[in-house]
Amino acid sequence: MKKNAIVIGAGAGYAGDRIEPAVDLVKQGKLDYIVFECLAERTIALAQLRKMQNPNLGFDPLLPARMERILPLCHKNKVKLITNMGAANPLAALEKTKEIAEKHQLRGLKLAVVTGDDVSEIIKKLNPEIIETGQTLSSSISAMVSANVYLGAESIVAALEAGADVVITGRVADPALFLAPMIYEFGWDTADWTLLGRGTIIGHLLECAGQITGGYYAEPGKKEVEGLGRLGFPVAQVKADGSCVITKLPSAGGAVTMSICKEQLLYEIGDPAAYITPDVTADFTHVSLVQTEQDEITIVGGAGQKRSQYLKVSIGYHQGYIGEGEISYAGQGALARAKLASEIIRERLGIVGAKYSEIRYDLMGVDSLHGGASSGRGYLPYEVRVRVAAKTATKEEATLIGDEVETLYTNGPAGGGGARKFVREIIAVVSALIPRELVKPIFFIREVDGNV
Amino acid sequence: MSKVKLWELAHARAGDKGNVSNISLIPYCESNYQILAQKVTSEIVAEHFQDIVKGKVTRYDLPNICAFNFVLEDALAGGVTSSLALDTHGKSYSSALLEIEIDL
Repeated sequence: MKKNAIVIGAGAGYAGDRIEPAVDLVKQGKLDYIVFECLAERTIALAQLRKMQNPNLGFDPLLPARMERILPLCHKNKVKLITNMGAANPLAALEKTKEIAEKHQLRGLKLAVVTGDDVSEIIKKLNPEIIETGQTLSSSISAMVSANVYLGAESIVAALEAGADVVITGRVADPALFLAPMIYEFGWDTADWTLLGRGTIIGHLLECAGQITGGYYAEPGKKEVEGLGRLGFPVAQVKADGSCVITKLPSAGGAVTMSICKEQLLYEIGDPAAYITPDVTADFTHVSLVQTEQDEITIVGGAGQKRSQYLKVSIGYHQGYIGEGEISYAGQGALARAKLASEIIRERLGIVGAKYSEIRYDLMGVDSLHGGASSGRGYLPYEVRVRVAAKTATKEEATLIGDEVETLYTNGPAGGGGARKFVREIIAVVSALIPRELVKPIFFIREVDGNV
Repeated sequence: MSKVKLWELAHARAGDKGNVSNISLIPYCESNYQILAQKVTSEIVAEHFQDIVKGKVTRYDLPNICAFNFVLEDALAGGVTSSLALDTHGKSYSSALLEIEIDL
């Protein structure tokens, strides 16, 4: 029996997002589905490193905490859960989730996992052109960590058809997590590009959770948002024609307005007439937004074109290390002393023979965000923080950068305080396109207190 | 004629994909869409960001919602995963865009 309308909530906009707004939605949102989008571009490569160290890890580190809070409520209120928290290890995520479901005695709960996004082996054989460099994979990078293709909605839909209550995936295009329940519940034809385009636009609007309910928006005195400390996450009432109403719980903080929806519609997109996903190339240029009630926006229209024959792969690789050091100067002459400190570091790195491929000197509170574009605006800093950051091949070379900044305590200009140093490994990401037919996503289901 | 900062007339949100930054520009009053379309060209934005953005700047117009999308290529010192910048995502670029002054 196909439905005419469903209610989808967004439970997370990134891996580290707040958990209470999702709890509130599952309790009070009268949801059919809740979707947790937790996998940024690089997150999966970092997860792959954790998996290499421990084969039982490599899923989202917050998965256990989220499932503990959310899963019993989903079971009680019959809300289905879809998430990419499987990251680099959806199978281990499934096992962990099953363990939590068993602990809470959620009998009969069906947990599905979608895999097939790990295309490391395919990529090594194919040696495709890397979009960023224009060169082949093998001549672009030497130490690949991960290669994950963006899957579409297809396998999630199949898992839902098989009765799944929870679907855990690895890399899936963010809007596809939302599009899948629409295809399943409304029985949409997966070659109806208009409907898929509309569903993808709704998914795009929801995928950053709080960013459509007033998060990342407020500017005091200009665009005020009440209650950001208890910001609510969005709820979408989606209809079978691909229109929808986006709102939030009345008790939650935040707002849903035209201005906010416009900002989110354009968030992280390129050509608005061609938003490419594995499912469809969506067209945002014919969408209408209407404020129908307070904190309620109705979205109508939107279109799509036939899906691409290629799928995008994100390839994570070791690119060396970043070493950083910081130190602050205050009061009259702060800027002059900070500039002197930078000069001393420049000289010191020459004397000690520091090796790096790229270096950057920032004066925080002066020019750290926008470089030269910040100058000449006449804002006088009372305090200035010097920041030196460099890319190096080894951890030792990276460590040297912060060590040298720290020596400014006893060797540098007067009154330097608050020195800090950091070293981190760079896991960089590049992209490639591969033919769709090389990718074979699969799903399977485990039932709590039973075997399938 | 008077100089007005975009900050007075419009709001913006920046996002990133790889080494590409995109910044929306949305007038508070839809009646200001045409004037922004005239004044805030991709050339003006490219010039404003010349110290940061190494690639092409393209403006996409969305008259359906009275908004613009600026796409800035080679704009994030390699992108969030490998940039030496403090703001690796370029999230604060929205505020830089709103510093542009136009003649009204």
